[in-house]
Amino acid sequence: MTAIAAAAPATSFGPPHDVRTPTVFIALLRRDVRVAIKELPYFLLRTVMQPVLFLIVFGFLLPKMGMVRGGYTTTLLPGILAISLALSAIQSVALPMVQDFGWTKEIEDRLLAPVPTWVIAAEKIASGVIQGFVSALFVLPVARLIMGPIANLTFGNFGDVLVITLLGATAFSSLGMWLGTGIAPQQIGLMFSAIIAPMMFFGCAYYPWRGLDVVPALKYAVLINPLVYVAEGMRGALTPEVPHMPLAASMGALLLISALFWTMGLRSFRKRAIG
Amino acid sequence: MNAIRTEGLRKVYPIVAQKRRSPPAAGYGPPAAGGQQDLRLGANGAKELVALHGLDLEVPEGEFFGLLGPNGAGKTTTIGILTTRVLASAGQASVAGADVINDPVGVRRRIGVVPQRANPDRSLNVLENLVFHAAYFGIPRGEAVRRGMQYLEQFGMQAKAEEKVDALSGGQQQRLMIARALVHEPTVIFLDEPTVGLDPQTRLALWDVLRDLHRQGRTIVLTTHYMEEADQLCDRLAIVDRGRLLALDTTASLKAKAPGGTLIELSLDGPADEAATRVRALEHVTKADVVGDVLRIHSSVGGRIISAAIEATEAAGRTVRNITLKEPSLETLFIELTGRKLD
Repeated sequence: MTAIAAAAPATSFGPPHDVRTPTVFIALLRRDVRVAIKELPYFLLRTVMQPVLFLIVFGFLLPKMGMVRGGYTTTLLPGILAISLALSAIQSVALPMVQDFGWTKEIEDRLLAPVPTWVIAAEKIASGVIQGFVSALFVLPVARLIMGPIANLTFGNFGDVLVITLLGATAFSSLGMWLGTGIAPQQIGLMFSAIIAPMMFFGCAYYPWRGLDVVPALKYAVLINPLVYVAEGMRGALTPEVPHMPLAASMGALLLISALFWTMGLRSFRKRAIG
Repeated sequence: MNAIRTEGLRKVYPIVAQKRRSPPAAGYGPPAAGGQQDLRLGANGAKELVALHGLDLEVPEGEFFGLLGPNGAGKTTTIGILTTRVLASAGQASVAGADVINDPVGVRRRIGVVPQRANPDRSLNVLENLVFHAAYFGIPRGEAVRRGMQYLEQFGMQAKAEEKVDALSGGQQQRLMIARALVHEPTVIFLDEPTVGLDPQTRLALWDVLRDLHRQGRTIVLTTHYMEEADQLCDRLAIVDRGRLLALDTTASLKAKAPGGTLIELSLDGPADEAATRVRALEHVTKADVVGDVLRIHSSVGGRIISAAIEATEAAGRTVRNITLKEPSLETLFIELTGRKLD
C-alpha cells in the first residue's frame, strides 16, 4: 500500500483550516440571510399577510363602522406585532427543518460543517430571531398606516420593546425548532390548525389579558401560552396606559419559556441530526 | 499512516414500533427492513437490528478503498459513523488522525462527503452551493469563488454557475456534490454509491473524475454494489454483507481467490469431448466442460496452461480456432462468500 501512497504526485490540499466556531456560525447565518433576502416577498406574504388582514378588518373597518370603540387600536397594535413576530419566528425555523429532515436532506452540508452539532441548531434559531425582528419592524409602520394615529402609543421605552422582541423571537424560534424537528412532513398542516391557530386566538393579542377578568378560568388557562407574554410585554412597553401584565412578569416568563424551548429544540435537533 | 482505522465497530438500531414520525438522521436511518439484516432480541426484550458486527478496517493514506456489498450490508452505516453522522454503539474509529467520537469536529474538518442521493442546497444557486460550503470551513469568499469556479470548469459546468440547482441534470448535480465535497480541500473523501441512477456515460465521466482525485493522492472511500465499479476504481476492497467483513484485499488478489480460477475457452473445429478428457488430465486444471464445440477450462494458474491445453486438444485431433480468457470475477467470489448475488 505504501507504493500507492508514494506514487501520488505533490498534492494541492494542505492541512485543514483551523476555523473557529464563531466564523462558521456567521457563515451559516449569512447563508440564511442570503436565502431570506431572496425569498423576502414570499416570507412577508407568509408571515405578515394574516396580521395585516386582521389590521384592516379590526383596526380600520370595524372602528370606521363604529362597531368597536376607537381606543381598540391601542390594544390591537401590540398584539398584532406579537403575532407577526411569533408567526415569522416559528415558521422561519420550523418549515425549513421539516423540509430538510423530512424530504430533501438539504441540511446535510451544514451538518458536515466543522462545529459541534448544537451550534448549527443555535444558528437556525438565531436566524429565526432575526426574521421575527424583521417582520415586527415591517408591520409597525403598516399598522400605523392602516389604523391612523394610535392613542397612547409611545416609543419612550424602546429598550423594553427590544428586550420583549428579542425574548419573544427566541422563544418562538426555539419552539419552531422543536416543532420542525418533531413533526412529520405530512403533519405540517396540523401544526397550523392545532397549535398555531389556537395560540393566536388565545394569545391575548386581540384583547388585553386583563380583559379576561370576565372569564377567570380562561384568564389563568391562557398563561401556558407564550404569546400572552409577548403581547402583554409589548403593551407594557408600547402602550403602558392600557392595563397590562407587569412588564417584569412578561419578561421573566419569556426568559423561562425561551430556556425551556431552547433546550427542547436543541435536543430534538440533535436526535434528528445524529443517528 | 492510516487515513482510517476502525476497531470492533458495532451499530445496533433499536426497532421502534412504526410511529408516524420521520426516520432519524438525514439519510442515515437504520436500513430499510428487507429481510437481509440481523434482527434479534436485545437485553430488555426489545427488537434490535444489528447493522454492523464489529468492523475492523485500516485504510492507508492515499488509497482508493472500496466497500462492496448489497443493499443493507452496512455500507451506509459505516460511512455514517466515519463521517460523524451516526453514533457507533461500540468500538472505535478514527479518520485522518481524529477520533470520530471524541473529536467529531476535527473529523469533519478533514473530510468531504458525497451522499447517496444528491442533496444540494436548493435555496442557493450552483456557485453559491460551493461558496457557502467553503465558508462553513472558514475559506474567505474570494478564495471560495476562485475554487468554486475552478471545479465547475473542471466538471464542465462553468456556464451553469449562476443557475438554480434544479436546472442541473442528475449527473451534473452529482458532479456538483463532488465539487462541494472537494471545495474545502479534505484529505479523505467519502462517496456513498455515487453513481446509482446515473446513465452509463455519466458514470464513466465520474469514474474519470475519481481517478484524477486518486492520482492527486487523496484517500477515497467508495461504497458500491456495482462489481465493475469496485473492480475498475479501487486499490483494495472490503466485501461486506449483513454487517460483517467477509473479505479484504486488493482487487487482483480477491479475484484470484474466486472459485474455479481463470476461465479459458477454446473454440474448436468440432465436438470437444475427447479434447476435454485429455485436458482434464493436465496439472492445474480444476475443471473442464464441453459446450458443443467449445471447451471451457478452469485453470488455477491463469493463462499458463494455455499451450499445454492446445497441445492436448491437437493430440485429440482438433484445431483451436479461437481462445478467450476470462479472469476470475468479484461476482463469482461474492456468490461464493455470501451464497447470493449482489442486488
